[in-house]
Amino acid sequence: MEHDTPQAIPRFPSALARTLRYLPLMPVSVALTRLTQSMAKRHEAMFRRLGAHADATFLLNPTDLPVTLCLEPRSGRPKVTLYRTPPIADARIAGPLAALIGLVHGAYDGDALFFSRDLVIEGDTAAALALRNAVDDAELDMAAEIEAFSGPFARPLHKLIDIAERRTGVALTRHEEDLLW
Amino acid sequence: MVMEIVCPAGTPAALRAAVKAGAHTIYCGFADETNARNFPGLNFSRDEMVEGVAFAHQHGSKVLVAINTFPRAGSEDLWHAAVRDAKIAGADAVILADPGLLAYAAEHHSDLRRHLSVQAAAANADIINFYGAEFGVKRVVLPRVLSVPEIAAINNETDIETEVFVFGGLCVMAEGRCSLSSYATGLSPNMNGVCSPASHVEYVEDHGALSAKLGGYTIHSVGAGEPAPYPTLCKGCFSAGEKTAHLFEDPVSLNAEHLIPQLAKAGVTALKIEGRQRSRSYVAQVVKNFRAAVEAVDQGRALPEGMLARLSEGQAVTSGAYKKTWR
Repeated sequence: MEHDTPQAIPRFPSALARTLRYLPLMPVSVALTRLTQSMAKRHEAMFRRLGAHADATFLLNPTDLPVTLCLEPRSGRPKVTLYRTPPIADARIAGPLAALIGLVHGAYDGDALFFSRDLVIEGDTAAALALRNAVDDAELDMAAEIEAFSGPFARPLHKLIDIAERRTGVALTRHEEDLLW
Repeated sequence: MVMEIVCPAGTPAALRAAVKAGAHTIYCGFADETNARNFPGLNFSRDEMVEGVAFAHQHGSKVLVAINTFPRAGSEDLWHAAVRDAKIAGADAVILADPGLLAYAAEHHSDLRRHLSVQAAAANADIINFYGAEFGVKRVVLPRVLSVPEIAAINNETDIETEVFVFGGLCVMAEGRCSLSSYATGLSPNMNGVCSPASHVEYVEDHGALSAKLGGYTIHSVGAGEPAPYPTLCKGCFSAGEKTAHLFEDPVSLNAEHLIPQLAKAGVTALKIEGRQRSRSYVAQVVKNFRAAVEAVDQGRALPEGMLARLSEGQAVTSGAYKKTWR
């Protein structure tokens, strides 16, 4: 047997994370819901792929942030709500923010993150698996989605995201599939 | 001649990633019980299969459709339709395990190339030649129970192409005959396409320790920071008498990358990568790695250094039965 030690996944700076305790959750939730609904129009197949789990509720829990995101796909009419104390949901997927974003962008493999214990799944495992597979197939680029949603701010935002990606090592955009590890 | 890399794709995105990463051949399945990776959110609709095959062909890659579960009595039409639709989609071959389905395909779609799935557990030249003579099978995927000399012995006695697994999850040593999943969940890879179905899996984290339950039974628990295995009974950790151990097999993945030169000498045609349940990131990385390896072997160069252990179950790898040091 041979063992390999993976490189550490970037963690969100704790000082910055502390400031998020004061984040106004409601307006951010509304903005995220609009963004997700805009994505739903461009990625209908992602919601179809959820199949029997299209109406499940998912907690996406960045373990290095003081907030948890609740995603309700609602069969293609998604809603996103941020919580400081999350409610009960069908499934919870937890891990560092960089890992969750990296999964979306195809930078990490979900099973590998599970093997390394960087990703935790609780609740309805089938629903969590369906979401992971649906997102992986959608080939999402969150930066492009946010830019498409940002009107005249898209270009400066693009530059800002590029700089943030280079400085943090977090996969903030979709690249050709490759491992960051 | 460069050995063929046969790569998994659980989604159209994974298929495209495989093609772009240099896979010679991609295997995938329909989103139903006809294939042994019938997991939530995975697999191809009929339209997606047509598009996937077209994409692969445009880039010079082949597509094999796995229809490798065993038809249920009274529901054979589902499996027959899968064979028919694979042909309509333009698949280069179907991968079948059940003799009845092989007979159906040979009779009704004789021009559709037939491969024998690992699920058929064909482990000697006599049975392989039988499948060739009776059903026109052109290639057999060998079960993961054979050593390299045994594979060479098979190739000396058959003209049928052989394909062997070189990377990914390992099953217990009787593929197509394993009922462990059925004992705990009532569902099996052989009949339903699901080993340890996710709908019967529950993970519980308590003070850093992770326990996995299958069908209500705790099958293993790992401490804080320890690598986690798949929630399958064959990788379970059980107590018997005074001993607690992985009774069936350790939670490790196969990596036979370093055996590629020997497998080439043994007459193997194609190298198979397990993992249709894995992401497009896994697919791309593993394909790039193995494509570089087979080209190095073909050109007489040293094998490039692999970086795949991090993708492996338990973050550890083994040569499996290819080197039977455990016998």
